[in-house]
Amino acid sequence: MEDSVNLSRISTRSAVLVGALALTLTACSSDSETPTTSSTPGATGAGETQSQELSGNLAGAGASSQGKAMEGWIAGFNEMAPDVILSYDPAGSGSGREQFLAGAVQFAGSDAALKEDELTAAEERCYGGEAIEVPLYISPIAVIYNLPGVEAENLQMSAETLAKVFNGDITKWNDPAIAAENEGVELPDLTIIPVNRSDESGTTENFVEYLAAAGNDAWPHEVSGDWPVSGGQSGKGTQGVVDTVSAAEGTIGYADASRAGDLGTVAIKVGEEYVPFSPEAAAKVVDASPRAEGATDKRLIVELDRTTTEAGAYPLVLMSYSLACSVYEDAADVANVKALFTYMASEEGQARAADPAVAGSAPISDALRTEVMAAIDSIAVAS
Amino acid sequence: MAVSSPTTDLAPARAARHRGRLPDRVFHGLSAGAGWLILVVLAAVAIFLFLRAWPALSASAEDLDAISWMNGASIATYVGPLIFGTLLSAILALVIAVPLSLGIALFISHYAPRKLAQGLGYVIDLLAAIPSVVYGLWGALWLAPVLDPVFGWLSGTLGFIPLFEGYTAPARNVMAASVVLAVMILPIISAVAREVFLQTPRLHEEAALALGATRWEVVRMAVLPFGRSGLISASMLGLGRALGETMAVLMILSPGYAVSFFLLQPGQHQSIAANIAAKFPESSGLSVSVLIATGLALFVITLLVNLAARAIIARRAEFSGAN
Repeated sequence: MEDSVNLSRISTRSAVLVGALALTLTACSSDSETPTTSSTPGATGAGETQSQELSGNLAGAGASSQGKAMEGWIAGFNEMAPDVILSYDPAGSGSGREQFLAGAVQFAGSDAALKEDELTAAEERCYGGEAIEVPLYISPIAVIYNLPGVEAENLQMSAETLAKVFNGDITKWNDPAIAAENEGVELPDLTIIPVNRSDESGTTENFVEYLAAAGNDAWPHEVSGDWPVSGGQSGKGTQGVVDTVSAAEGTIGYADASRAGDLGTVAIKVGEEYVPFSPEAAAKVVDASPRAEGATDKRLIVELDRTTTEAGAYPLVLMSYSLACSVYEDAADVANVKALFTYMASEEGQARAADPAVAGSAPISDALRTEVMAAIDSIAVAS
Repeated sequence: MAVSSPTTDLAPARAARHRGRLPDRVFHGLSAGAGWLILVVLAAVAIFLFLRAWPALSASAEDLDAISWMNGASIATYVGPLIFGTLLSAILALVIAVPLSLGIALFISHYAPRKLAQGLGYVIDLLAAIPSVVYGLWGALWLAPVLDPVFGWLSGTLGFIPLFEGYTAPARNVMAASVVLAVMILPIISAVAREVFLQTPRLHEEAALALGATRWEVVRMAVLPFGRSGLISASMLGLGRALGETMAVLMILSPGYAVSFFLLQPGQHQSIAANIAAKFPESSGLSVSVLIATGLALFVITLLVNLAARAIIARRAEFSGAN
């Protein structure tokens, strides 16, 4: 029994060694790679190697917001490493962090960064290492409306106007406040019907956070994933909101930008100009935002700046982190996690998630990718 | 006494004769086992619900406050509006479906030509087999736009009655949900009612005809009194389905947690089953217990409804065609 265990470990080691060799051959093609921890043979095992020798189980759990993107990444990763049994359970951010810290899964997705007490737990779970938190999923949220008679490409609104509309303080589309921001646009004398998500969701939380932060106190409610105003139209899930908005004229709602379809979308006021959503504008706000307290070169956590005045940035985004350990006990885990995260952060992986048929997210910028790759490359086997 | 004494005398003898036969004993065992099994399952569900709901029932107010969608409500104030919404939507559905079903059942059993009646019966049974998620899709995507002008007119002309006040498009209110629920329970109610009406003793009907009654009078004097308890139990079956219906309500209704009779306004009501389905995927820990506690409430309501139905039927047992 003892012998066979040793044997299998040796064979894993040697397999990873082959992988490491392959990496050294391909390493020059990638300039963002930083050479790290040559002492452990498994440490450099993954990276660019699309190796057949990756195998084993790789389980993740967490935020349902990035569930769609994860599905795309799983499909893409399976093409690269067909022997890895990769799964992701979109059980929610809280549950994902819990399972990750308990060691039930090797990686997690979370809309929120780890909390203070979770960091201590992470140290224990990561064999003395620390948690790696990288923002790999950025999804712009579009404010959608159904006004077939309005010619303008995008209606323009400030966060304050949006807050008043969704709180029911502005009830007509031709309200002076909206008209003032949309000169030259003929607005109908129609009642505004706000539509919200009926289920708890990260989309709601980020939208409300934006209204609260940038709305000049026009938004009186607390920030949470549950919509605070009762007695309005709502729909379950993104599709439910889009369907409800489509079903009647004069409706306004918020949804993942990729699902806006033919509906009109609002250009929101940033600084002195109005910015319609676009993947580049969404990625830009993440770059323009300061790092959150406690950020390190492994924890790339961002304090999203909803009130940014950066030209061309779109601050109404949902951002979700991918969580892993900087240290794993098992070399196979190191290789698998590294390969997966490298793929997710790569241009190819980001492009796959950005496909409207997958998740319609906004690809991260090259500057962010460089930092993310440095963090991923630091993943190592416990010594 | 004179009638019952021979049976009491004969019973032991008959039992003795049958006792030795193996197939008899096996069959007795199987059917008794099946009977007990259903009781065990029911008890298991009840115990599960109670045990899993207990953390929520005994939780402190602060712990419950931590659940964001409770909005500071206690268990009772959280479940209350949900019970109200469940009952309101189910009863509205019943109000729409029962008269229609009565008409359908009478038409099939007493008015339609035999061939048409058979075909119609098949179609009704087919309706009962459509999954509720399909009804939900149909209701949300097709029926809601159709109901929109109707509700708009109702609210416009009868808006002074609070019931119909303040309709907001699209038609995602409790009235729309109840219309879909009514369509869903229609086949069950009319199928059972039809069977009951068909069992009206021929002699009763012929006697009524002989007295010079018209077709309508036959229905009123012979068929309806005979089938009343059957119709009630059919309605209760329908009510049971409407109470527990999840998908259709989930897809059609803009939910809310108010106790109000604004039938045409969105965001006023929500049913227990749809609420569980909506909240469960993102729940963990205590919030799951709260949802299970609402499930326990639904279980109790359904039980009470069935008991009430039984009581009504038992009172009229002599007429019942269902028993």
